[in-house]
Amino acid sequence: MAKIKPRVKVPKSVAAGEYFTVKTLINHKMESGQRKDKKTGKKIPRKIINYFEATFNGKPVFSVDIQPAVSSNPFFQFSMKIEEAGKLAFKWVDDDGSVYETAKSIKIG
Amino acid sequence: MNLSRRQALAFGGAVVTVSLIPIDFAKAASDATMADIKSFTGGASVAEGGIELTTPEIAENGNTVPISVSAPGAVSIMILADGNPNPGVATFHFSDMAEPSAATRIRLAGTQNVIAVAKMADGSFTQTSRSVKVTIGGCGG
Repeated sequence: MAKIKPRVKVPKSVAAGEYFTVKTLINHKMESGQRKDKKTGKKIPRKIINYFEATFNGKPVFSVDIQPAVSSNPFFQFSMKIEEAGKLAFKWVDDDGSVYETAKSIKIG
Repeated sequence: MNLSRRQALAFGGAVVTVSLIPIDFAKAASDATMADIKSFTGGASVAEGGIELTTPEIAENGNTVPISVSAPGAVSIMILADGNPNPGVATFHFSDMAEPSAATRIRLAGTQNVIAVAKMADGSFTQTSRSVKVTIGGCGG
């Protein structure tokens, strides 16, 4: 599989206490466990991102328990507000235990 | 059909009784979906409405169906696809920093109902459902 690269879209600076939109995308096949290998007829084992979490300065903001019915290259969009500048960290957890992470700093102003 | 007065009354009574049982939305959902809702709510009763679930009416490709959900006052929202091999799709959790709304893309095996169940901050539950017509299914293949 291609290298897994998370992508997030976060404003660089926001107004304190006002909601802003965060978009996230990670390239991942999200093998559902339902698909069959056309050659062997056997089911391809499940391998998905099963958890996504966004934290701001270490505090939880938004998280998702993910099941195979989420599309490949899982996309999540949510809204949040902050009162102080800081770091918005993102974490994706794979079925095989791998963790993919990225983070963005956000300023007030 | 010749009914005596007594039979007619009994029959009428039965009809009234049946129609008095509210048309339970739950009856329309599959057992697996019900089990998922139950494990999410812990068996608490679920009200209708209070959630805005946006789905396309017709999805050409079931592999990636954009949905968005928003429920003011919710702490968690569970999305279920009633007609998928496994109904569970995703459960969103919101802290007080996040607005209780989210968008994602999901797989739908065929034409079916997408259900959102929200857990409110006060511990109550509410749900809504939307029907999506799918031209090409998104599971298996």
